[in-house]
Amino acid sequence: MLDLTYETPTPKTIAGATGDWELVIGLEVHAQVATAAKLFSGASTQFGAEPNSNVAFVDSGMPGMLPVINEGCVAQAVKTGLGLKAEIHLRSAFDRKNYFYPDLPQGYQISQLYHPIVGEGEVLVEMGNGQARTVRIERIHLEQDAGKSIHDMDPAMSFVDLNRTGVALMEIVSRPDIRGPEEAAAYVGKLRQIMRYLGTCDGNMQNGNLRADVNVSVCRPGDYEKYQASQDFAHLGTRCEIKNMNSMRFIQAAIDHEARRQIAILEDGGEIVQETRLYDPDKNETRSMRSKEEAHDYRYFPDPDLLPLEIEQAWVDDIEASLPELPDAKKARFITDFGLSDYDASVLTADVTNAAYFEAVAEGNDGKLAANWVINELFGRLKKDDRDIADSPISATRLGQIVGLIKSDKISGKIAKDVFEIAYTQDRDPEEIVKTEGMEQVTDTGAIEAAVDEIIAANPAQVEKAQANPKLAGWFVGQVMKATGGKANPAAVNKLVSAKLGL
Amino acid sequence: MTDLNKLTIAAARDALKKGDVTSVELTEACLTQIEGADALGAFVHKTPEIAMEQAKAADARKDGGDLNGIPLGIKDLFCTKGVASQAASGILDGFKPEYESTVTTQLFNDGAVMLGKLNMDEFAMGSSNETSVYGNAVNPWKAGGAELTPGGSSGGSASAVAADLCLGATGTDTGGSIRQPAAFTGITGIKPTYGRVSRWGIVAFASSLDQAGPMTKDVRDAAIMLKSMCGHDPKDSTSADLPVPDFEAALTGDIRGKTIGIPSEYRMDGMPAEIEKLWEDGTAMLRDAGAKIVDISLPHTKYALPAYYVIAPAEASSNLARYDGVRFGHRAKLDAGDGITEMYEKTRAEGFGNEVKRRVMIGTYVLSAGFYDAYYNRARKVRALIKRDFDDVFAQGVDAILTPATPSAAFELGKKFDDPVQMYLNDVFTVTVNLAGLPGIAVPTGVDAAGLPLGLQLIGRPWEEGDLLNTAYALEQAAQFVAKPGRWW
Repeated sequence: MLDLTYETPTPKTIAGATGDWELVIGLEVHAQVATAAKLFSGASTQFGAEPNSNVAFVDSGMPGMLPVINEGCVAQAVKTGLGLKAEIHLRSAFDRKNYFYPDLPQGYQISQLYHPIVGEGEVLVEMGNGQARTVRIERIHLEQDAGKSIHDMDPAMSFVDLNRTGVALMEIVSRPDIRGPEEAAAYVGKLRQIMRYLGTCDGNMQNGNLRADVNVSVCRPGDYEKYQASQDFAHLGTRCEIKNMNSMRFIQAAIDHEARRQIAILEDGGEIVQETRLYDPDKNETRSMRSKEEAHDYRYFPDPDLLPLEIEQAWVDDIEASLPELPDAKKARFITDFGLSDYDASVLTADVTNAAYFEAVAEGNDGKLAANWVINELFGRLKKDDRDIADSPISATRLGQIVGLIKSDKISGKIAKDVFEIAYTQDRDPEEIVKTEGMEQVTDTGAIEAAVDEIIAANPAQVEKAQANPKLAGWFVGQVMKATGGKANPAAVNKLVSAKLGL
Repeated sequence: MTDLNKLTIAAARDALKKGDVTSVELTEACLTQIEGADALGAFVHKTPEIAMEQAKAADARKDGGDLNGIPLGIKDLFCTKGVASQAASGILDGFKPEYESTVTTQLFNDGAVMLGKLNMDEFAMGSSNETSVYGNAVNPWKAGGAELTPGGSSGGSASAVAADLCLGATGTDTGGSIRQPAAFTGITGIKPTYGRVSRWGIVAFASSLDQAGPMTKDVRDAAIMLKSMCGHDPKDSTSADLPVPDFEAALTGDIRGKTIGIPSEYRMDGMPAEIEKLWEDGTAMLRDAGAKIVDISLPHTKYALPAYYVIAPAEASSNLARYDGVRFGHRAKLDAGDGITEMYEKTRAEGFGNEVKRRVMIGTYVLSAGFYDAYYNRARKVRALIKRDFDDVFAQGVDAILTPATPSAAFELGKKFDDPVQMYLNDVFTVTVNLAGLPGIAVPTGVDAAGLPLGLQLIGRPWEEGDLLNTAYALEQAAQFVAKPGRWW
């Protein structure tokens, strides 16, 4: 694999009245595990079902009900860990996080505080312009999601929907390696991309299956380097945690706002209180949820209903062997194998479905040309129709045919656009279109020559002008193209016009 | 046949198989007794319709097993489908589960008949059956005029079996809740190895300690009933995937060559002479039966009770968080303006009794930030040491350990109720077994000066219930405990 090298991006600085400030950010990303059943029950995880229809007795905390781990969720967590180049713990354990809330029927969330299933890993977060940040992953643990409390249906009552209760989440905890709002969004984007490649999380932020808690602090330039050298958090500022962000845009806005809030306090001689805050997108501000003093005491302890989770190395190896090609590797391969630019390779590998489509188009074709057609023509056309690549009206095979027809000079790039439009809108085969519609390019020099001769003979004044100013030769090319219905090979026409005019 | 309710399970089984008796007759005999025994407070939800239906079905069955047609009582801690299952708590007022516990499912699949639900301490927290929302269960045994405790938490089960209201009963044991009441009422009770019996559908008290078991009139019945209750259950992650042997077949009474350990640490200061004598007599009986008696040491025994009273409340405080008035059971009437916090506080204040509140508070405290290491983590370490004590003596070749089951005979109701520490001391000989996850059985072997039954406890190797039952059988054979309480109720 091509080893792409990147420069480290400079951290975002915010100028304050007393000098510059830098941002230090760590994220806890909650990714819903893509599985049919919940973490500890057989109930369905289907989104959008009737309220309280996907609820097993254990999910609703009925007396005497017991959790049983869903092996599929464990496999997905392991897969995600491997995808993040992380250490897989063959022995992990579940703990109870105790607190009261109506959408938490057991009165505790089953999580993995002391012994998570996945340990340290890393993610390369590309920022464009040859820059990328390596973000260290501290851990990934499995835990149950809570249900949904609905407070706005009735003035006097609250309602609870337990469909989401017990759905498996992976909490992916980063180190404080992220240095700006854009990097934070790009980091979440990269995690999403990797998990979608792996098929371990759908990454649909609107449906809430990817959410992030963002820890933000500010420090003076130079402090972060001291932290890096010593791993001593004392060099960093006091952090605040912004809970439950479910949009990339809000993540960025919230971080920016929160950093500025902290800077204003510090420059005013105040101190940052470690606390949990909520971001209000309507007002673009963060508000305190609760301070450390009034924070819950979760009374974590090992869940006695569950034995420690022991998995075998051979099972992990099997999962590793079945891993698909991941974004970084695919991008590098696209650059090497197809000669794509870094940018094109990034665009095409951003989503696994796009990448697969492109590879099908490029198969046996010119890769660069295929990339141009996928990125410029297809993506543009799909965007115009607000369509997803999964329901593209033109298949990769057909787009591949068009690219092949261009490469073999059967049609010009210009004609190809017409062929594409017909194939796209009429669901027809490109080769058939070219044949039926008589769109094949004229490469027969004799036929082109005749057309050139005819136009030169008919326009002596133009000949004179062009001979005086060769830039005007283009007029003849245009006339020839027009006369041949655009089917003449433009390169051949150029050559002949120049020769005949004696330029 | 007369007094069908007084039969053992084995005798009833044999009579049923011979056609000498029908399950309907057995069941009717028990139901009649139950009707006349309200003074014992044993049955708290009677299910005669279900019982008669099951009895008729059992009589119609051609190839029924050992429990086919046998009328049993079920501790209120077991969830029984469509039948009140309240764990003797006000907070589960009116709760009728839509599911059947694994244990009762297995018993019913084997043809057992359910007579009703049995009294117990609230959420199995207690040693005297005085914390029940239904009121006390009373011991059928009496010495003088006062009413005695049947022990707890499976007090209703013990009382019902001892008074011949049923042929056997289910119990559960977290720190001694099967063995102590069995000893107080002159019956047999076994707590199997942790993981032997599924906990699915049994209201949880302390998940790492809870284990269900049978409470019966003799050891053979315990073997028969235990076999039906045991087995791997994929719905309980702590259930062991091991085959279930035919425990009854293990009852040869031959214990020649077995090594029985007598732990010096169980000889407590101030132990009543009667208990000491009972223990010595039991030791002699096993020696006479051919066993080798050895003195052993279980050095961490004295830390067991404090460790237990940290771990069990810790787990309970979390297990009982689900009783919040949101989905089922009791919900307090709220005042205008009350929010969710008031709903929790009022519901739990009204729904839980004092002993449950005490343990929830202790458990919450020992798990709280700043105290976790000093209490919970230390207790877990102690637990590991206690388990190692047992591992060591078993590794030295000990097959079973003989101890007293309780520090005294049954005491008067109300006598220790206001002194939790005195009450907790009831478990001093039994909690070690739960902490180590071992099987333990209480067998009646004698009476005290007042004529009240006393029991000894045998502790076995993990998963060796068959062997343990056989040793208990040998002890039972030698002790010939035949006393019965005189009927006063």
